[in-house]
Amino acid sequence: MRHLHLHERPLVLVPYTMAGEPNAPLAAMVGTAEDDPRLLVVAQPRNRDDRFAFAARLAEVLVPYADSFTAVAEPVAVDRGRDVRCRFTDAPQLWVPNPGGVDFLRLFGRSTRFRTTEGEYAVPASVPLLGRWLTFFANSAEVPGSSLLLNAVQALTSHWVTGQSSAEDAQLAALMGWLAPPPGMSVFAAAARAEDPAVTPPAGPATDPSFDNHVLAPLLSVAEPDVAALTEVLRGQLLPTWTLMWRALGLLRTLPPGSRVAGRWDGDRDAYSAFVQHLADGGPPQPRRDGAVAAAARLSRLENAAARYAVQRAFDDPLVMAEYRLAGAAFTAEVTLAKADRIDDTGKRPVLRPRIMVVTTEPVRVAPGAALTSPARPAQKATVISVTAADGPKTEVLLELSGGMGRKLVAEPGSVPEVGERLLLTTLSEAYRPGAAFPEPDRTPWTHGGPPGPD
Amino acid sequence: MTAAFDRLRGGVPAKRHNARTIAALTANPGCTRRAVLDAAGIDKPRLAERIGFPGNFGQSRFALARGNGFEAMLKADGCALLLSVLRDVLHLDEPAVSYDDLGEDDDATLGARHGRTRDLLAAAAGAALIDHPLLTLQVAGRSVFLEPDLIAFHAGGRLHVVEIKSFAIVDGQADSAKVSAAAVQAAVYVLALRRLLADLGHDPALVSHDAVLVCPRDFSLQPTAVLVDVRKQLSTLKRQLARLASVSELAAALPDDLSFDTALPPETLTAALARVGAKYAPECLSACELAAFCRHEATGTTAALGRPVRDALGGVDTVAEALALAAGTATPPEELAEAAALLQAAARLRAEAVGAATP
Ligand code: SF4
Repeated sequence: MRHLHLHERPLVLVPYTMAGEPNAPLAAMVGTAEDDPRLLVVAQPRNRDDRFAFAARLAEVLVPYADSFTAVAEPVAVDRGRDVRCRFTDAPQLWVPNPGGVDFLRLFGRSTRFRTTEGEYAVPASVPLLGRWLTFFANSAEVPGSSLLLNAVQALTSHWVTGQSSAEDAQLAALMGWLAPPPGMSVFAAAARAEDPAVTPPAGPATDPSFDNHVLAPLLSVAEPDVAALTEVLRGQLLPTWTLMWRALGLLRTLPPGSRVAGRWDGDRDAYSAFVQHLADGGPPQPRRDGAVAAAARLSRLENAAARYAVQRAFDDPLVMAEYRLAGAAFTAEVTLAKADRIDDTGKRPVLRPRIMVVTTEPVRVAPGAALTSPARPAQKATVISVTAADGPKTEVLLELSGGMGRKLVAEPGSVPEVGERLLLTTLSEAYRPGAAFPEPDRTPWTHGGPPGPD
Repeated sequence: MTAAFDRLRGGVPAKRHNARTIAALTANPGCTRRAVLDAAGIDKPRLAERIGFPGNFGQSRFALARGNGFEAMLKADGCALLLSVLRDVLHLDEPAVSYDDLGEDDDATLGARHGRTRDLLAAAAGAALIDHPLLTLQVAGRSVFLEPDLIAFHAGGRLHVVEIKSFAIVDGQADSAKVSAAAVQAAVYVLALRRLLADLGHDPALVSHDAVLVCPRDFSLQPTAVLVDVRKQLSTLKRQLARLASVSELAAALPDDLSFDTALPPETLTAALARVGAKYAPECLSACELAAFCRHEATGTTAALGRPVRDALGGVDTVAEALALAAGTATPPEELAEAAALLQAAARLRAEAVGAATP
């Protein structure tokens, strides 16, 4: 089961940086088709002008790509239908080899988005724009479940496990060696091959030190480096990873998408649409650091996204749910009794509160009062009334249902589980949890970065 | 006991220690093999190469060049630039600061340089920068010299460890792995300086637990300094060093004919390694030059899959055993009954989830 959106036309980017320099690009292989990689090389990585020339050339590829999904928009109702907002029907998707690649993009975005296009240190207008796009992508990569900027190592390891540790899985080549060894080669041989930098160059952004010392250094030590030769050796270093990236995408494409993937991609399209709008409105570049309130709000959004993503993965994927079952946070059970028309009339108004009895052989670690959900009926809450040990390893759980049965005092057909139905019940819940309220910037006390008082 | 170590090493001189090797020494404290080899000062990269498992611990010369360039720039003109960032971060305004460089590396003058370090620290009055001081530390029951990779800054009655690093601090943030590695190294120096002061009859607390880290700022070569509180690293370090003290006993208990003299044939060395117990974990890959060898040796163990896996399988040592327990083909010993039940439940759930028939 695939838990990420996989774009039909992703932009793959394999960056290489200069060792020792903070975020000095050395080369990048970029493109939207495996047979059409574009190789960008920086002849003098320590030279500022060369660096921004590289940024301008990367911008030529990346900015038009990022801009190319704005042709069709759809209206989305907001504020319970009182308003509509436009959302583009598609959005860009960037792929880098590993988390280091994401960090590179974040830092490169930081070093370019504040550049001025006037005066002595002017850079082409595309450079700060590239910086803002990269920052947008890097920020969204922090949101669990977002698919705007993905890295292959994390995408693969969250779908497959290998027989090696996470330290070894962090190398894309070793990871792919396990998941899809070259024909005729054992996984052990493939993984061993992948670890020899002389045979398999690293996936970057850091270069192989002995490549630096023996190949790159002689080429860069002259005043006018031979660009053609440099391009050739760098192509040799980047091409294997480029090929692996497309194989990794192919592998992920073999998995059917989870049913909640599309919903998360809607959120990504929202973020993309809002950012395009922000750029069109002439909004300022993202700040160097968030203020205290913005940072707290962002943290709370990220925490919510993480919790939601974890639950959605489990609801989509029986293998993920199995982990929760093992830990006792979920169990499958069979319905043995069902009273679908039970009405609770102890309150002001009578309400429909069916009860069902389920029996399970799995460990049940829930107490009366706990609220359970079943992925098949996510809108329905099942409150535990009692838990009784029955004969043998069996446990009987009595549940009272509320929600997801229509508005009338008679349940919609099929909305109440029937006797004999097998249910998965879990303490996980997809229900929306409202975020904490944070003050507006101008209402924030100065101790938290707000404006100073009037006096 | 030094004799035991010398014997293990054979005719080769002991490898010198520096803050990085001491820090690494404490990275996998449970491993006897490493403790013995390191305490004896055996050249592990060479050893690994001899037995056919060379490590890949090279450093790019671009990184070295930049590091050296940054350091040279800070120290130019009597450390003018370095002093200005130190004054800023420590809020000092000492008008005059003396500068003493105790010189570059040379094995022959170790004793003399250590003596001068003691004299300078004993005498330090007013503000002083002491470059390349040679310190010693007790490691595994003997005193080792530390590579002088630091500057001690004496000002306002306190001593600070100053570390110059070439990774960048961008918008006040730096790579956390690099910062924590620097913090452990600084803690090694703080500890060594404190021991020296105590020796000299001074209050060891004069050495601040706030080390000063000097790095390039943002994307420039402009330096910026930050204080790093190394108290936590200090207490870990002390604990691990105390544990290493027992290594000399271990070494003394090893058979007399055991030797890791790198001149010996590879098979002899491999056999010798097998006689000293190891405790491989994937963390070794970035911390110990023998990792490729130990990983090979540990193939099939749950530990080789990393701590999370090993802990989840508490007590089950090999992958084969875990699979047998899960399939129910092996009868678990009593202490593993719980792990076995869990494994079987996991296997059943997995089978159900992938749609296969429940075994
Ligand atoms: S690599 Fe081997 S010797 Fe080194 S710490 Fe790990 S287990 Fe011990």
